Amino acid sequence: MAYSHKHEVLNKANPLTDLTAPALTVLLAPLLGRVVKSLSRKHPAIFERLGPHTKTGYIIDPTNLPFALFLQPDPERPVLRAVARRALPAHEALIRGSFDTLFELIDADADGDAVFFSRDLIIEGNTEAVVSLRNALDDVDGSIAADTADLFGPPGRLALGFLRSRADARSQRSST
Amino acid sequence: MTLAELVCPAGTPAALRTAVDAGADTVYCGFRNATNARNFPGLNFSTDELATAVAYAHAKGSKVLLALNTYPPAGQVDLWREAADTGARIGVDAFIVADMGVARYIATKYPEIRLHLSVQAAASSPEAIRYYCESFGVKRVVLPRILTIPEIRRIAQEIPCEIETFIFGNHGLMVEGRCSLTNYVTGLSTNMDGVCSPAADVEYRREGDGAVSSCLSGYVIDRFGPDEMAGYPTICKGRYQAPHRPEGYYAFEEPVSLNLARLLPELIDAGVHAFKIEGRQRSKSYVRNVVSAFRNAVDDIRAGREANIAGLLQLTEGGRETQGAFETKKWR
Amino acid sequence: MHAALTLGPIAYHWPAERKRDFYARIADEAPLETVYLGEVICSKRAPFFERDMPDIIERLERAGKTVVLSSLAEVMLPRERQATRALCEMEGAEIEINNAAGLHARAGAPHRIGPFLNAYNEATIAWLAQNGATHVCLPHELPRASLAHAAKAAGEIAIETEFQVFGRAPLAVSARCYHARAHGRHKDNCQFVCEDDPDGMPLLTADGTPFLRVNGIQTQSESYICLVREMAELVAMGIRHLRLMPQSVDMVAVAETFRACLDGKIDSEEALAQLSETCAQTRFSNGFFHRVAGHRMVAGSMPVS
Repeated sequence: MAYSHKHEVLNKANPLTDLTAPALTVLLAPLLGRVVKSLSRKHPAIFERLGPHTKTGYIIDPTNLPFALFLQPDPERPVLRAVARRALPAHEALIRGSFDTLFELIDADADGDAVFFSRDLIIEGNTEAVVSLRNALDDVDGSIAADTADLFGPPGRLALGFLRSRADARSQRSST
Repeated sequence: MTLAELVCPAGTPAALRTAVDAGADTVYCGFRNATNARNFPGLNFSTDELATAVAYAHAKGSKVLLALNTYPPAGQVDLWREAADTGARIGVDAFIVADMGVARYIATKYPEIRLHLSVQAAASSPEAIRYYCESFGVKRVVLPRILTIPEIRRIAQEIPCEIETFIFGNHGLMVEGRCSLTNYVTGLSTNMDGVCSPAADVEYRREGDGAVSSCLSGYVIDRFGPDEMAGYPTICKGRYQAPHRPEGYYAFEEPVSLNLARLLPELIDAGVHAFKIEGRQRSKSYVRNVVSAFRNAVDDIRAGREANIAGLLQLTEGGRETQGAFETKKWR
Repeated sequence: MHAALTLGPIAYHWPAERKRDFYARIADEAPLETVYLGEVICSKRAPFFERDMPDIIERLERAGKTVVLSSLAEVMLPRERQATRALCEMEGAEIEINNAAGLHARAGAPHRIGPFLNAYNEATIAWLAQNGATHVCLPHELPRASLAHAAKAAGEIAIETEFQVFGRAPLAVSARCYHARAHGRHKDNCQFVCEDDPDGMPLLTADGTPFLRVNGIQTQSESYICLVREMAELVAMGIRHLRLMPQSVDMVAVAETFRACLDGKIDSEEALAQLSETCAQTRFSNGFFHRVAGHRMVAGSMPVS
């Protein structure tokens, strides 16, 4: 696991995305709610692995999207919502990386440690909370990304296919 | 030639299934408590999970080893005994132990179940290994990562049990089972609690000059320049200053991983029975990639073909790897 | 209850002459009942001291001290296996075994269990006792509750217990020599650079905080464990042997302070003040005992109820 310094560069506000963020966060609310409720129904074991961290507030920050995500994996009332990067809610842990990196992690295609070593992921705050979340999500068979795509039927699976081929293309570029 | 059994890590039930599907002959895992040396947050198995996992592995012809390889502090031995009872009831294929009291309990109560001697017992001579074999009927020893291949060959000729060696993964520097560095810094013990640099005590601190310090309970374990890749603050992989090294240096070891892919044929020839892949704290993705790559390599060697190890060499993070002590005494 | 002060084996590579002088003074002046002798850390160092051993043993015994010979912590190379076997097969000598290879050679004859042998609990102590152990030095990282439990269980089967109350904590050992590494060498061509650091080579963190000490293949704590405040509680638990580890300070003065405190001539606060003066350069710690980070110094020991 590692800390990287891309943070500084990536964290610079993008005026355009920041303008669109408030509208997007409202639009996304029902969608994200559906995702997290479905996940928690399908994979209740995640909560047991999280131990004390079901009450922890996480920020997941895909740096090239116009918003960040706030996650509280509480089995009673799981929360996943889009938040404006300018006004992040109180949180104990933060995970930051490009959308593609985060996508590969939840598509079970990347190894968390490998991504940390390669400086593509930044973690801040409670390291134990991040490690617990990583380990808990990793116990899900198959891919959380695929589960989520299935929720949205054919359009979801189409989007997943697109993202996967993009990830493959990227990994081929980086290995040559 | 020995069987070259591939022994693979599983930190979660999903990782166990992944390892079995990727061709693991054997998988090792532990309960979600202090009874094993990877007692990390979010990892390991409940009783029910282990029962399901053992059934899955057995149905596919793989074995499951239960790690009970920490040292119970006085007054808490029952937790280890209960873990052994549970493992026996579930039908694990062997226990991996380090503590003599735990070994004796299992040897007495479950003489029909195999005992493997954990690397945490630090048995690095034929005499020490024979002591455990004669005392507790140990069937296999996991050798410390400190021996050269000629030394392993000599040990194999002098002991009555099988040998398992690490071939890939994190490269521990200290003699396992004899290290209290983490307890000195954090108050949690590697031997008694099964933790090493616990994440709860880790902090990445941004310095004014753009550097980042990786800290463990306030001690700066390493410090990275703005363009340097940063690592996890494991004490024995830290960078420190000494009187002759005011610039700071890796006092114990550079942050590298062990990769013995090139040495597989020699290890088999030296009498190593089983190859262990480290990494119960790693993801399914790691398990899938490493296990299938070593599966292919071992199958090639067993079939008398040249093993393709190029893929294995790419698995090491940052491309930094070592053959550690296995290749040359100069490592010491 | 009477408690004995013991002196552990010298962990460092002190020159032979320094060792001779050290033990001569210990024999004549230090209020110690038992002295452990021998090279425990690095087999390469052993030959330098072997020649002087008979004289030193004779001198210590003449002064009324029990001498115990300690075996190597790490046994891997042929010379280490040979040394361990030779020591553990000696008849008549009191020996302390630090590696399972030594247990194998001892084959059930009476012996003591050293701190490197990981006797963490009553089950292991019972097993060892059945196989010839008479005396166990408990691991330095055991916390109070476990020490009490272990001492009680050992007492019930007439096994003596011992615990380190002074000196750097033996945090880790390795096959690799970190002294040699610091000087760009390796173990086989080390040229005994460890001799330059009679109290270990300091390692500082990147921000300049003293952290660890390197002693050849061993890694020690920067702080000295000091359990002078906790000593009465240890004795009340039934731990009747309290071990002082030799450091580069006036060890006679250290032993006198501990003895005076045990005998009730000074209280533990005064003893701590005296020890601080004797060890002016070094911080004390008692964290392991109190089940907090080992480097910490927790104020006060709870009285035994």
